[in-house]
Amino acid sequence: MEKFTRLTGRVAPLNRANVDTDQIIPKQFLKRIERTGFGEFAFFDWRYLEDGVPNPDFILNEARYQGASILVAGRNFGSGSSREHAPWALNEMGFRAIIAPSFADIFRNNCMQNGMVPIVLSQNQVDHIMGNALKGVGYEVTVDLEAQTVSDAEGFSASFEFDSFRRNSLMKGLDDIGITLQNSDAIDEFESARAARW
Amino acid sequence: MPKTMFEKIWDTHLVAEPEGEPAILYIDLHLVHEVTSPQAFEGLRLTGRKVRRPDLTISTVDHNVPTDETRTEVIKDPIARQQVEALRQNCTDFGVTLYDVDSSAQGIVHVIGPEQGYTQPGMTIVCGDSHTSTHGAFGSLAFGIGTSEVEHVLATQTLRQRTPKTMEVRFNGELPVGVSAKDMILATIGQMGTAGGTGHVIEYTGEAIRDLNMEGRMTICNMTIEGGARAGMIAPDDTTFKWMRGRKFVPQGDDFDAAAAEWSQIVTDDGAEYDTLVEIDCESLEPFISWGTNPGQVARVSESVPGPDDFDDPAEQESAERALEYMALDAGTAMQDIRLDRVFIGSCTNARLEDLRAAASIIQGKRVAEGVRAQVMPGSTLTKWAAEKEGISEIFKDAGFEWRESGCSMCLGMNPDILVPGERCASTSNRNFEGRQGKGGRTHLVSPEMAAAAAIAGHFVDVRDWD
Repeated sequence: MEKFTRLTGRVAPLNRANVDTDQIIPKQFLKRIERTGFGEFAFFDWRYLEDGVPNPDFILNEARYQGASILVAGRNFGSGSSREHAPWALNEMGFRAIIAPSFADIFRNNCMQNGMVPIVLSQNQVDHIMGNALKGVGYEVTVDLEAQTVSDAEGFSASFEFDSFRRNSLMKGLDDIGITLQNSDAIDEFESARAARW
Repeated sequence: MPKTMFEKIWDTHLVAEPEGEPAILYIDLHLVHEVTSPQAFEGLRLTGRKVRRPDLTISTVDHNVPTDETRTEVIKDPIARQQVEALRQNCTDFGVTLYDVDSSAQGIVHVIGPEQGYTQPGMTIVCGDSHTSTHGAFGSLAFGIGTSEVEHVLATQTLRQRTPKTMEVRFNGELPVGVSAKDMILATIGQMGTAGGTGHVIEYTGEAIRDLNMEGRMTICNMTIEGGARAGMIAPDDTTFKWMRGRKFVPQGDDFDAAAAEWSQIVTDDGAEYDTLVEIDCESLEPFISWGTNPGQVARVSESVPGPDDFDDPAEQESAERALEYMALDAGTAMQDIRLDRVFIGSCTNARLEDLRAAASIIQGKRVAEGVRAQVMPGSTLTKWAAEKEGISEIFKDAGFEWRESGCSMCLGMNPDILVPGERCASTSNRNFEGRQGKGGRTHLVSPEMAAAAAIAGHFVDVRDWD
């Protein structure tokens, strides 16, 4: 997994609540058997017109948000389907951190399995970042996972909570399986006891 | 100290709780399907790992398979075919049981688990699918996971989890005649919102839950995720055991009685406390219909489509405005004046034998309205056969419904069964997200009875007045 420690990047705003994973990556693109190749299809139904031309009315298509690596969105982001294709698609689109007032549980977990940082800030703090991203060109924030802060050059700073285990894994780029397998003896023991019971 | 059902299952599956880390939870049953597993198996290959417990891992094809009869010969969509073939190869290479498209046990993963008797009380069950919550209807702890977690379970038979909070959703009073389990859960999501259960495991309680059959309980647990909670559970009781007895993979004979006695203990103790309580007044419930683009946007059948002004919260107002535009609905339109192009009876929410019986009882001797295309996709191949044996399929066909093969089908439209832009569908499935059933398609979530009646009338009607 790619490490995440600190990232300064352009902010792209998606000012909608309840953005579900069906919107993030529609079902017709879930048939790939690889973890890659989803980025161009992210937000497909919103992002492209019938003929495949980028929809000029979709905010993430605006020139000023190209190259953004931080997405700011409304509450309950990533609701619905468990498809990990959603964070894969967002990652390939360039987003490494997502800031929202709340996330759906499975999506949030899936992000953290892919070197991406889902950050919960208060509605007011999200509104502040959203507002700046909407009105300006090239608005940037810095996400510091070690310090657990989001800040900008104009003096805004907010701290966020983050699971200590996930934070450590993200900062060191560790996958869960390897860490869990350090407890192989405990799993063996559990299975022996379980076999006696079943 | 008194414990909730969730706490009992959690505690007995704790492998380890390393300091500062999420718990390592043992998984009793891992269900696998073609869409969310190929990258996980590939991960095992790249790291030289095996499936730790192929005997606790079961797979089937459901998400992308067509529902026409030619599917056993060839899946025409080359990318869908490649995904199914990848699962076949992975199951062969890693020694996992596969219920393929030509197996009688094939079906939607959350239908076949219980049907075959794999799903049992007290178990931990996971699957790379958010509707895994369905299995909680048997008193198991069951939830959806992502593909990285699928790989983790394949490799270790465990999952890393922080302890979730607990929520009791208590249904007070009796359910009125003509109101179904689907209406109970749509009402619940409407009341608490699509994020109301985030971070929680829900236990559904109350007389109305005890009175439900297993199919109804599965419908309710199935849609738990639409309220934001990953797992929903219902205490096992005699209804549960009666439904389970004799199924292929449950203990047989006296062993079953012994197991049932043990399972009876996996219920919340008197005096155990939940973190959160939500109460639903059953007696005031009616059939519900979704009008918007998330499963919390629902109205009673006697009501009208709401407008943005009916909501206090700015985000809800904006959401309603967008939803009405997408759904091409005007605020104030009576729900029963909404006309339909399509009707879909299917999905892991409502495609079991009881669901099909309920829908069939509505349409017997009647005809689908002109201009409406109505389809039934049974939840499993065995369900399909059972329905054919008792004549339900004939009732559907005589009424003008298409009677298809089993699979997820138009619930998510990964196979050829999709809405065309602008089509409006009464659907017994679980999600009404934009484009879910096909780009530009408009989905209204309802019970099987409401969908069946709408197919006949061509618009929504109140099944409580149906004769």
